[in-house]
Amino acid sequence: MSTSRLTRRGFLKAAGALAAAGCLPVSTVELAFADRSKSFTFAHISDAHIQQIRGTKFVRNWDRGLIRAVAETNLLAPKPDFVVFGGDLAQLGKKSELDHGAEMLSKLSYKVYCVMGEHDYYLDLGEYWSKLFGPHYYSWDHKDVHFVVLNSVLTYDEWTHERWPTQEQRMLEMAGLDNPNGSQFMVGEKQRAWLREDLGKVKKGTPIVVFSHSPIQKIYKGWNFWTEDAEEVQALLRPFEDVTVIYGHVHQVQYNQIGKISFHAVMATAWPWPYPQSYALAKSHLPRLTVPMNRADPFFERDATGWQLIDMKNGRTAMRYNLYNNTNRAVAFNPKTGRPEDTKFQEPTAGLPPQVHY
Amino acid sequence: MKNYFYGMILTVGLICAAVVQGKQEPASPPPLGLPPVPIPEDNPQSAEKVALGDRLFNDQRFSSTGDVSCATCHAADKVLTDSPLTVSQGIRKLAGTRNAPSVVNSVYAEKLFWDGRSPSLEDQALHPFVNPVEMGLKDHQPILDIVRSDPEYAKAFKSAFGKSGGEITMTEVTRAIAAFERTKVTANSPFDRWYYGGEEESLSAVQKRGFEIFVNQGRCLSCHVIEQTQALLTDNRFHNIGAGINAIRDEVPGLAGEFLKAEATASEVDVKVLTDKRTSELGRFAVTRGFDDLGAFKTPTLRNVALTAPYMHDGSLATLRDVVVHYNNGGVTKEGDPVNDFLSGGIRPLGLTDGQIDDLVAFMEALTSPEHASLADAASKK
Repeated sequence: MSTSRLTRRGFLKAAGALAAAGCLPVSTVELAFADRSKSFTFAHISDAHIQQIRGTKFVRNWDRGLIRAVAETNLLAPKPDFVVFGGDLAQLGKKSELDHGAEMLSKLSYKVYCVMGEHDYYLDLGEYWSKLFGPHYYSWDHKDVHFVVLNSVLTYDEWTHERWPTQEQRMLEMAGLDNPNGSQFMVGEKQRAWLREDLGKVKKGTPIVVFSHSPIQKIYKGWNFWTEDAEEVQALLRPFEDVTVIYGHVHQVQYNQIGKISFHAVMATAWPWPYPQSYALAKSHLPRLTVPMNRADPFFERDATGWQLIDMKNGRTAMRYNLYNNTNRAVAFNPKTGRPEDTKFQEPTAGLPPQVHY
Repeated sequence: MKNYFYGMILTVGLICAAVVQGKQEPASPPPLGLPPVPIPEDNPQSAEKVALGDRLFNDQRFSSTGDVSCATCHAADKVLTDSPLTVSQGIRKLAGTRNAPSVVNSVYAEKLFWDGRSPSLEDQALHPFVNPVEMGLKDHQPILDIVRSDPEYAKAFKSAFGKSGGEITMTEVTRAIAAFERTKVTANSPFDRWYYGGEEESLSAVQKRGFEIFVNQGRCLSCHVIEQTQALLTDNRFHNIGAGINAIRDEVPGLAGEFLKAEATASEVDVKVLTDKRTSELGRFAVTRGFDDLGAFKTPTLRNVALTAPYMHDGSLATLRDVVVHYNNGGVTKEGDPVNDFLSGGIRPLGLTDGQIDDLVAFMEALTSPEHASLADAASKK
């Protein structure tokens, strides 16, 4: 990492390029790096929530969100190396919803890696999802970066297997917000053991990127912006110099730094969630670093939704949020401060005014 | 609000400004329903300048064939459009790709042309002269040759700008044209007299029902803005509403990709979008290269819209009813046809009944200003 760490000047240059790229999301981003061979991009689409009404009729709004993200991602030049879909492809985990979503994802002209969301999982515990997309958790190496996909939406066995009379009710209970019948997400012991073993084979200088659906940090319990065993997972990642966790589920811009781990949330293609502090009934822990994004114009169904292009430069990530009907944003790791920062809205006083409630 | 504020400042500025040449006109109050006309600081209005602009606007010598002027496509008896042409015709009847927008009330546009590729009326006026399918000149020199030597122009430029001979440049030419265009402001329509003037009888019951649909179920108001004290009937933004681009759905990756390969200059964009229909359908993307602008075109004002058929950037919809049906179908002209992937999130099926569609059309017919009423009468007799 020492050879590839950006200088302050390099960061500013990168920030400038990203800010410009904000207006020109399909143009090339050139960053000043010594070793260009280690730089690449990938795209991230998440939280499509494809929802069947009946028969062949699906909620049009959610369909349009995924269709547009796929079509725009296909126009990227230069082409990203791959695409990650960050979970919640379906709304209620139904085969029809997963099939319809998979058909739309199949139009991507890139290799796609999929992450499990709770809306995909709690009907049949990911069985049909697996037939379409493969294992629930896995890893791969790409251009000297180690990528890991976790299923972070598991919960207690008793809740999953013994509490609910039907699969459908289990799905609905987990889909609700502020639901006293819900349960906390977790990666779980079995998967953590797998992760320990998987990471054991990786050299300590290797950059690690982890994809999960829920944040591997604790932000707001009521909406499961929360992973119960986040600290245990973070501990497994701690030995590595460059770690990035990219998560879906929250449908909003968030970023944070815990030790050497950078956290980035991604947008949904379906709808925006409000920031948890707007819901004053319970304490929330939105990372102090995060400059919230402005909120949606309800006329434009796509406003405050979007997708991401991620610049992977020598192990560090820069998230470029493509936000419909809105100002695009870019959040990049700043080696001087050692944390991700919005390349434009860095000081709270200079930020877009956050909208605290709908 | 911003425009209004701008106008206020300029009004004050106009009163205080030292007048160099030409008698400066105090801004006349805007007609009912419109804000004060924004006048740029570097191009104040004067009667001399406006008269000069009028002459330039109508001068056919500024085209390669000597028979096309600005007024060819922006005719005084057609609300400064070339209705009923689908797309404009320039020299030798060469067809462009876009329907001529009205110059009337264009002073309120924040960006000019359907794709907003021009930032001001002054800049806009430069381009049609040298577009191969409009006025066809190689460059602006022939215009300068004429205005520098023609004795009538010499007099007019002297009194408007205090300049003569080689001092006259395209800056003065376009400033005069823009000043003329800034006088083309009409409002005070039946709608304005009802909504802002409190004249109950000004709208029919059908038109009032249409207004209800305009602001509610029809979702028209979100882009065709009506405010407490004024109605520009546009948001000055750009939206993919499924017009044009629906027809080239499969070609978007190729066309967009081609466009991204090389950085195009403003004049290259101008030529490309008016001479190649398929590229034209990329809309504002050709200017900004932003995904949000794929297939997006400027929201036109709806003032006098009943007189400017056909509609949309490409003139593809013949009647106002066709336009409402297109929106009612969620951005497709024929119900059930596929919509393009980049459709604006504001466009969705509306569920209007035939009767509601008729009401909405009747409301739009109430947006005609009295200046154009005789034309409206003629149209209704057709």
